[in-house]
Amino acid sequence: MTLARVKSIALVGLRGEIVDIEVDISDGLPGYSLLGLPDAALLESRERVRAALQNSGSAWPNKRVTVSLSPAWLHKSGSGFDLPIAIALLMAQGQISVPEMGDHIFLGELALDGAIKPIRGVLPALLAASGRGITTAIVPFANAAESKGFVGIKAIGVSHLSEVIAFIADGVIPDVDYEEPNEIGQSPLDLSEVVGQKRARFALEISAIGGHHLLLIGPPGTGKTMLAERIPTIMPPLSHAEAIEVAAIHSIGGALGERNLDSRTPPFVSPHHTTTATAMVGGGAHLIKPGACSMAHGGVLFIDEAPECKPGVLDSLRQPLESGSVAISRATGTITFPADFLLVLAANPCPCGRFNGKGRACICSSLQIRRYLQRLSGPLLDRIDIRTFVEVPTRTELAASQVGESSEVVRSRVIAARAVAAERFNNDSWSTNSQIPASQLRARFRATREGMAFLHTELDHERLSARGYHKVMRLAWTIADRNGVATPGLAEVENAFQLRQGVEIA
Amino acid sequence: MTKRAKQIGADGETLVASYLQDQGAAIIARNWRIKEGEIDLVARLDGRLLFVEVKSRTSDKFGHPLEAIGPEKAHRLQRLALAWIAMHDQWGADYRIDCAAVHFRDGLKPLIEYRAGVL
Repeated sequence: MTLARVKSIALVGLRGEIVDIEVDISDGLPGYSLLGLPDAALLESRERVRAALQNSGSAWPNKRVTVSLSPAWLHKSGSGFDLPIAIALLMAQGQISVPEMGDHIFLGELALDGAIKPIRGVLPALLAASGRGITTAIVPFANAAESKGFVGIKAIGVSHLSEVIAFIADGVIPDVDYEEPNEIGQSPLDLSEVVGQKRARFALEISAIGGHHLLLIGPPGTGKTMLAERIPTIMPPLSHAEAIEVAAIHSIGGALGERNLDSRTPPFVSPHHTTTATAMVGGGAHLIKPGACSMAHGGVLFIDEAPECKPGVLDSLRQPLESGSVAISRATGTITFPADFLLVLAANPCPCGRFNGKGRACICSSLQIRRYLQRLSGPLLDRIDIRTFVEVPTRTELAASQVGESSEVVRSRVIAARAVAAERFNNDSWSTNSQIPASQLRARFRATREGMAFLHTELDHERLSARGYHKVMRLAWTIADRNGVATPGLAEVENAFQLRQGVEIA
Repeated sequence: MTKRAKQIGADGETLVASYLQDQGAAIIARNWRIKEGEIDLVARLDGRLLFVEVKSRTSDKFGHPLEAIGPEKAHRLQRLALAWIAMHDQWGADYRIDCAAVHFRDGLKPLIEYRAGVL
């Protein structure tokens, strides 16, 4: 047989397409042509496949080799096609006699000695293959953990080309000890480690319940980062479907090594403030990779020193904040990644960072102080419901031996409060308080008479904008859910007003 | 080129020539040379001209013999073939460019790989 066909998967964002890899060997001068819009890494597959075949005792056909990846219009990238090309070449040469392979997919990069190296995106590839008649997937051994527990497709981890040949010829499944990935996601972080910070703790809890984005302002060393890092520990654990989605994004981002596939802890991503807009939302010329905001999908995106970010970087988050997903357009096409995250910004109160209490140590001019937080654009701040000060802990707080509430206690309250909200929004398209549309808020979700009266007074005194009015209402609902109150009353509304107005900006 | 290498090349061409004759071809020219290069063998088979490039090797250490024919060399073969046709006034003749690899193996019969119509 001089013609052979095997299957693999090409990823377009999180979606995958089944790709047929056809190899034809014909007489003629030795040559190799690869068809089907390959990128540079894929073009180099020729040299890898050739060396791998020769070094693992198989022959390279000194004939005219044509490799076609179809559908031909789809841009294909990466080194994951090495293995299927090598297998198809062996089949076309008759070096392995073939049973029916139409329900198998092959993924893997070849080393020059025939070893099979890990690739990105194995999990989304398996997700794409499931339900399309694929029963078996041959994947790199190092990626086998990603496919562990995957239902519907039998994944076989291989570490060398010879193992694949043995599997095809004799059905020998390589003996594999799956190494349990270290669970770093199971964070040892706990909210009880935070000293004092009653106000900030409350803000964190409300933020986790209602999905309200958060701005923490405080001098250096007061624990803004410490607080933010602990938000995932008080969020409800991810559902199975969410966990798979998060793992799939991390698989494409090449960061699954840091995360257990089964991890139900929401991710925590903290890009540096010098990061670019592309790194934030995702991008890349050929292989479009998810950015920080997609890696934070289902969890927390924390940006420390937010006012130091380059102009435009933070504003690039406006689209994902609005839609919960991010669409990236490149020459090769448009790709949408999910990006539904809780945004937590941290900022110093002023450029020198010492404007605190009476501000005696601060050396900034009043103009500098005023301008500093104005670097956060209005439209972005508009999407942030809670602004809270993180104070320097007092002597008494530091000296107190009593530890604060643990993450577990807070988390159970968060889960209970979210359940209440989910019940209320049973027939609606949203599930958290921060997502209630303004019109619905005024029509269906009003506070009690006293609560509304308070808001109207604040409106009359121009201490509250129309936008702020809605934000406070949403926060009041979250607080009511937390406190087990059916409808937010005066106390809840006042409390919400404080969370919202905690810091005057712009 | 060493004397030995020259001899190996000539032996290879002789082998291919007799192989072609066994197939019923008539050898028209050997080592036809002009300024631009050389055609190893020109033959006629069933009214069709064959221009044959022969590559001989005594070991595979430097890769397959036919791999030595890259795109540039292939292009030159094409030009040489047309030059031969022009100089012998064979315009419109049906022609084909072939390549042959001859493997000289210690203690074994030489192996000929013949690839017809490589361009």
